Amino acid sequence: MNKVIQSMKIAFRALRVNKLRSALTMLGIIIGVGAVIAMVAVGSGATARIQQQIASIGSNVIIVLSGSINTGGIRMGTGNAQTLTEDDGKAIANECPAVQATAPSSRGGAQVVYGNNNWGTQILGTTPDYLTIRDIGIQSGQSFTGSDVDAATKVAMLGKTVIDNLFNGADPVGQVIRIKGVPFTVVATLVSKGQSPTGQDQDDLIIIPISTAKRKVIGSSKSNAQAVQQIMVQGRDGMTKLAEEQVRGLLRQRHKLQPTQDDDFNVRNMEEVFAAQESSAQVMSILLASIASVSLIVGGIGIMNIMLVSVTERTKEIGLRQAVGAKTKDILAQFLVEAVTLSVLGGVIGIALGITASLLISYFAEWSTLVSPGAIVLAFLFSALVGVFFGYYPARKAAFMDPIEALRYE
Amino acid sequence: MDSEELIRIENLTKAYHVGDITVQALRGVSLSIAKGSFVAIMGPSGSGKSTFMNILGCLDKPTSGSYYLDGVSVGQMERDQLAEIRNRKIGFVFQQFNLLARTSALENVELPLLYSGGDQRNHRERAMKALAAVGLADRADHHPSQLSGGQQQRVAIARSLINDPQLILADEPTGALDSRTSIEIMAIFQRLNREQGINIVLVTHEPDIAQYAQRNIHFKDGRVVSDERVAERRQADRELSEMAVEETVA
Repeated sequence: MNKVIQSMKIAFRALRVNKLRSALTMLGIIIGVGAVIAMVAVGSGATARIQQQIASIGSNVIIVLSGSINTGGIRMGTGNAQTLTEDDGKAIANECPAVQATAPSSRGGAQVVYGNNNWGTQILGTTPDYLTIRDIGIQSGQSFTGSDVDAATKVAMLGKTVIDNLFNGADPVGQVIRIKGVPFTVVATLVSKGQSPTGQDQDDLIIIPISTAKRKVIGSSKSNAQAVQQIMVQGRDGMTKLAEEQVRGLLRQRHKLQPTQDDDFNVRNMEEVFAAQESSAQVMSILLASIASVSLIVGGIGIMNIMLVSVTERTKEIGLRQAVGAKTKDILAQFLVEAVTLSVLGGVIGIALGITASLLISYFAEWSTLVSPGAIVLAFLFSALVGVFFGYYPARKAAFMDPIEALRYE
Repeated sequence: MDSEELIRIENLTKAYHVGDITVQALRGVSLSIAKGSFVAIMGPSGSGKSTFMNILGCLDKPTSGSYYLDGVSVGQMERDQLAEIRNRKIGFVFQQFNLLARTSALENVELPLLYSGGDQRNHRERAMKALAAVGLADRADHHPSQLSGGQQQRVAIARSLINDPQLILADEPTGALDSRTSIEIMAIFQRLNREQGINIVLVTHEPDIAQYAQRNIHFKDGRVVSDERVAERRQADRELSEMAVEETVA
């Protein structure tokens, strides 16, 4: 242990003697480590953001959309056909063992008025289970209940964006707003969910009972009053895939589809969709990190270069140390410690630089970045390794010098 | 082997290969040096005296022949074993002092202890003692650039003393010094030899410096050509005090 401290003392002294040179040599490692940290931070920031967005969808969520219409050759988008019903939702909840809960929903745009303010937003008609499935929290007030749905009560829960645009900081709970001229009592405000994975504002909505929505706001089809645009399905943990199959099977059976017929509905397993996005973000972060690692290696070569110069310059010193009894391993340790000190010191500064850089990136470019402790530890170890790897050859050269020639060197 | 012998060398040869040419630097040298002696080695350049000193200092290995240092055959030891012998038994003093720049006198003196292992606590104390022995206790914190040539050489002598060596090898120790300072350095060597019984082997080409030794060995063409006691040995201490008197008179 004492030997190590001694070697470090010698190394620090040698590095202090050539401050500018040491600093420039370290710069290579500083930039390399900084780049790795910042790039990994950008990459894992992107991954974390996707994960967060997936979580904002709710866990184990499957969305069942009604199919598209094909009338006279004009094909409408999914959700336009009126093939899904509230009863489908109930049946899925009751008959599919892998399903935890379901919530039918229909959306429509509407203008909302409170006092002198008005705001155009999405009205979502659904049941209270929707909040559980989508993992939407209540900020204040109380969620409407199943009996509100049965009775088609005029109650509403507001997202943050709506509140910001209508209430100017006043407490919305208990107030009455008008949706398409119909008065609704605000019973609850919702916890903010931020952007959806596709970049939509998930807080710009009002949730009301689906029955009320159909009667007063969105309206319903004359041909099928039961129809809903989509059914949110929550699979049991780890059974999402199974739930998806069960839902598809049940709906085909309920819709009396022949084996040759296509589904008249769409089942989207959100996890699969975002898993693909997540893996592409990971590929990107690996790519960024490997490009950054190249600069770390370049920094290492810089260290080797300077160590070689330093060994040559200090030939006479090496000779003297050998003469007074330094063994091969002593000289080897001395120069290796010097190289490692350079690279580790550079690594530490580089880590600080990388953290700063990723903060700046997230501030100016508004990308989310995430500096993980793992990346810091890895960068630190890697920089030490660079020091050992690139310092070994010069140190070995020093250690095996002929003491007589070294002493004679001018 | 005689226990009064420090060095016993038998039929030592050393050949260097420079390309296809083989240079015979030593062609069979045999001699012994008794404990407590002060020997000067002289000879023109190319005489083999440097090669001989390198082997004596365990910096180099002989091609053939044997070398016993304090009863131990060191002639064919491995690199790191030789380093250990140098560390424990031999002190080196060089013409160009070879002190580490930007390092205090004290730390320069401590240097060999770095490679000695063992107790690390009393380093400072021992180095101070060695510096005091050469009369530089008050310069412990000075860097070599702040010291005169003579002072630097005294720091180097203190460094060679730190591990209580049996042998100090001084390679032209006065070569870079003026005559007055040279005498001061020789006074230190004579005192160390007289009071502590440390063996001194001195390489010099100045005959009057060689007169401070007890015995002069001349090399030529890789052989010892003469080996004689110094008839009228110079005493550096006395010369210095005489000089001091002259200065006072003047």
